[in-house]
Order: sequence, then C-alpha cells, then structure tokens
Amino acid sequence: MEQVIFYILAFVAIVSSLFMITRNNPVHSALWMLLTFFAVAGIFVQLDAEFVAAIQVLVYAGAILVLYLFVVMLLNPKSHGFIKVPFRYAIGVVASVIIVFQVLMTLKSSEVIGKLGWVTPQLAQELGNVKMFGKELFTTYLVPFEIASILLLVAMIGAIVLAKKD
Amino acid sequence: MTLQHYLALSAIIFGVGITGVLVRRNLIVMFMSLELMLNAVNINLAAFSKYLHAMSGQVFIVFVMSVAAAEAAVGLALIITLFKNKETINADEVNFFKG
Repeated sequence: MEQVIFYILAFVAIVSSLFMITRNNPVHSALWMLLTFFAVAGIFVQLDAEFVAAIQVLVYAGAILVLYLFVVMLLNPKSHGFIKVPFRYAIGVVASVIIVFQVLMTLKSSEVIGKLGWVTPQLAQELGNVKMFGKELFTTYLVPFEIASILLLVAMIGAIVLAKKD
Repeated sequence: MTLQHYLALSAIIFGVGITGVLVRRNLIVMFMSLELMLNAVNINLAAFSKYLHAMSGQVFIVFVMSVAAAEAAVGLALIITLFKNKETINADEVNFFKG
C-alpha cells in the first residue's frame, strides 16, 4: 500500500513538473507547479514529516505560488516559449538527462551509511513530529532561525525598494 | 520503501528543473524551475532525516523554504523593474552586461 501511494505521488510529481516546464502560458505553468507542490507535500507525509508537509502547502502553494500568479497577471507578457535555436535546446535536454542518469547510476551502486540520530521510531511515535521538530528548531538551531527571520525582513525591504516607483 | 527510491525521485525532479532553466527563455518560468530544484533538495533532506533518525533535515527544509520565499520576493521585484524599463522578460533580450 505504501509503495502504491509512493509511486502514484512520484508519478504525479514528475508528470506535473514536466508539464510545468513545457506549457507556453505562464499561468498554466504556475497551476501545474501547484500540483507538483501538493505531490511533494504527500511525499513529505510519507517520510513522517507532517509539519513540513503543512508548511509546504501553506508557504509554497499558498504564498509563493500566489506571488508568481500576481506577477504573471500583472505583467501579462507576450509568450516567450523555448529557445529558438534547436541546437541549444537539444544541448540543454541532453545535458540534464546525462546529469540525472549519472546520479541514478551512483544511487544504484551505493549504500547510505551514517551515524544514527536521537529520533528513534519509538520516540517519534511517543512524542509526535511537531514536538520533536520544535525542540530541535528552538534549541540546536535557534541562531539560524533568528538569522532566517532577518533574511526575510531584508528580502521584504529589498522587494519594496526595487518595485516602488521613483 | 528504501532511501534510494526517494533519492531517485528527487534526482529526476531536479533534472526537470535543470531542463527548465536551460531551455526556457521566459524569466518567470525559469524562476519556477528554480523552485522545482529547491523542492527536489527538500525531498532529499526529508528522506535522509527519516532514514538517519535525525531531526536536522526537517529543520533545514524550513530554512530552504525561507530562502526560497526571500528569493521569490526579490527576484519577482527585479523582474517587475526589468519589465518596467525594458518591456520584456525574455532572457535573451536582456543584455546589460554584454561588452
């Protein structure tokens, strides 16, 4: 059952991301991107990361996608599809296919080893994902968390400065 | 499900993102492909977080997301400014830095 769900989600994610980069209309691209984000959120749920799945839907599908849709509809540019030169187009596709193929071959012949952390499955069952997540975020990663908030503030001010009429 | 399944899915989505950046000329769609690549990285982090019994992967997903949000805000503001000045968002027609 778990496998079936994984393969369905993976199929949806890959197909919708392919549709996303091949649509000529940017609005259609944005809507296919929404479907990709939801499929990735489902993958997160499968990986026992429920809180991250919720954040994925809220931040990516809710905020970032709406920002993209706003800009697309604000500018309403004429459609620029793909590279006009077929040679460069072919090089782009071939290069990325080679990269993916190499990564997949490496995955096939390698084994992942590493030091196991403190989140045992039994502890995860007991505490729940959100509690452990908050504990880790606000103890070990407190300073990076604060820096992330400063980053968002700077980005907000930068966006206002760039986009305001002068 | 093994870790390799998730890593393979992430690699494929990352490859689709690379293809999008390389073959598209629309700046907005190129930015969307960038988000796709960040999403692939997030899948990797979540998978390692589960299979190595560690929480740090999920925390780093949140940091990646905040960087993605900041990048989207600043990048789209730049695109709007560019469109106001040059009336185009085609990457081939933007050549400020060409000598």
